[in-house]
Amino acid sequence: MFDSDSRSGGPNTVYRRRRRFNRIMLTLSMLALAFGLFWLCWILVTLLHRGGGALSWTLFTQSTPPPGADGGLLNAILGSVMMTATGTAIGTPIGILAGTYLAEYGRRGWLAPATRFLNDVLLSAPSIVIGLFIYAVYVAQVGHYSGWAGGFALAILVVPVVVRSTDNMLQLVPNSLREAAAALGCPQWRIVVFICYRAARSGIITGVLLAVARISGETAPLLFTALNNQFLTLDMNVPIANLPVVIYQYAASPFADWNRLAWAGAALITLIVLGINIAARTFFRK
Amino acid sequence: MKKHQTGLTDVLFRNVTRAFAFLVFALLAAIMGSLLYGSRESISRNGFAFLWTNDWDPVHHIYGALVPVVGTLLTSAIALAIAVPVSFGIAMFLTELSPRWLRGPLGTAVELLAAIPSIIYGMWGLFVFVPLFQQYVQPGVIALFHDVPVLRDVFSGPPFGIGVFTAGLILSIMVIPFITAVMRDVFEVVPPMLKESAYGLGSTTWEVVWNIVLPYTKNGVIGGIMLGLGRALGETMAVTFVIGNAFLLPTSIFSPSNSIASALANEFNEAGGLQKSALLELGLILFLITTIVLALSKFLLLRLARNEGTGR
Repeated sequence: MFDSDSRSGGPNTVYRRRRRFNRIMLTLSMLALAFGLFWLCWILVTLLHRGGGALSWTLFTQSTPPPGADGGLLNAILGSVMMTATGTAIGTPIGILAGTYLAEYGRRGWLAPATRFLNDVLLSAPSIVIGLFIYAVYVAQVGHYSGWAGGFALAILVVPVVVRSTDNMLQLVPNSLREAAAALGCPQWRIVVFICYRAARSGIITGVLLAVARISGETAPLLFTALNNQFLTLDMNVPIANLPVVIYQYAASPFADWNRLAWAGAALITLIVLGINIAARTFFRK
Repeated sequence: MKKHQTGLTDVLFRNVTRAFAFLVFALLAAIMGSLLYGSRESISRNGFAFLWTNDWDPVHHIYGALVPVVGTLLTSAIALAIAVPVSFGIAMFLTELSPRWLRGPLGTAVELLAAIPSIIYGMWGLFVFVPLFQQYVQPGVIALFHDVPVLRDVFSGPPFGIGVFTAGLILSIMVIPFITAVMRDVFEVVPPMLKESAYGLGSTTWEVVWNIVLPYTKNGVIGGIMLGLGRALGETMAVTFVIGNAFLLPTSIFSPSNSIASALANEFNEAGGLQKSALLELGLILFLITTIVLALSKFLLLRLARNEGTGR
């Protein structure tokens, strides 16, 4: 009796229930997207609101002040630029050459697949562990924190990003290009350098840009390597100020001026990192 | 036997690139080795008991990793519990629902979440999110579950604002873009014919995603989740700001605790002797955990690629 009832109204109810359930799930999926974008907007608005007001020219002309005085972030900005440049300058060639081996020569043998896997391990290694590593092998040995140590730590973060993008981009280069060059009698290194690199150029540069964007906001690996410095210095062999660590220390400090500087620095660094990211994406599309 | 003629430069170039590939290999071994070497004092003194001792007492030289390990795993678990359904929703929206012209901009916007430096998440979390959460949300949640037997213990404690749950929530925002990116990529490799057949039989969009797309991409989705987990486990700055940095086992999800990465960030520079060694051992444990998680995720993604013949 009950059975036949539900069966007579069956198809329609089932159909309606399925449609209703579908609509609920689709709405939830839209809400999920809204959830993600909500945090993005909230964070960006906070940064513009709190940090935007504190952005001014003195930020770029004066060094970090003692509590209660006026000042800027010049030493931190310079230090960050120097260490990021060092990290990129060391990490990029290593990454590109290793990536070249994986894509061009690593078709056979054990080294390429093993390296590819270990490169992914390195890519997902917590950045604070990289800081510990540089501390153990460099800082503890020379006996002092320094800008070089910070640069080395950042270089280790650059390498896996560049290896991966170089490897992927070179694999996208059609084999017919290589074969055509080989048929003309071109040695293999010239094929790689003058044909494959040129064909994959925009992808490789995108990878480097993304690596720069990643390291310019990194704090954890600098805590035990570059430390911080209240004063302006161009000497990479002493502890050196840098934006992320200054933001970390000033944000947690009890002084209102320092907090304001921290927010200004946060807004600055986010604008730079997001800018590089968007630039890399548009560059890649061309 | 005639050798293929290769110039000296060719051999040189090949071997230089090989040397650099080997350098990547050696770098990882060096990281593992240096952490092991640095923590030898702590390892020989504490042995395996390090893992389940919950005291962390620098004054009496007693060190145990239980609190930071539990804190790390718990925050990451909370992060995944939030991030996985949300990422699934976003990936489903981007692959099945969104009009084509909106996919690019929306996808980029979600990926920008990954570009924001983690220290910004920490600052924003501590100074903007925590006060609001503490004042408006937390007391309500604690009161709501006050009379429910099990949940009462889960959501108990004074509303500090900071704590394990806040850290997990912020971590979830940070890993959403990573999980979403993998899910979107694997959803796109499902052959259109499978989906069209299901639509042809009268399936709704949800039924297609749940019964066709998800089973087909199961391994890839799990691989993506593991990648997100790896990120969450090693995140330092965001967690340091909001977890409370207290060496206490969490009694509820609102209680302050500590994670491996934030313990390192807070104590390493001031530590010496055995404490430094114990902290290096914590770093080693973290590195091992993330490596195992990554290896699992690679294995699952590889299995998906092999099964479907779409080697990527």
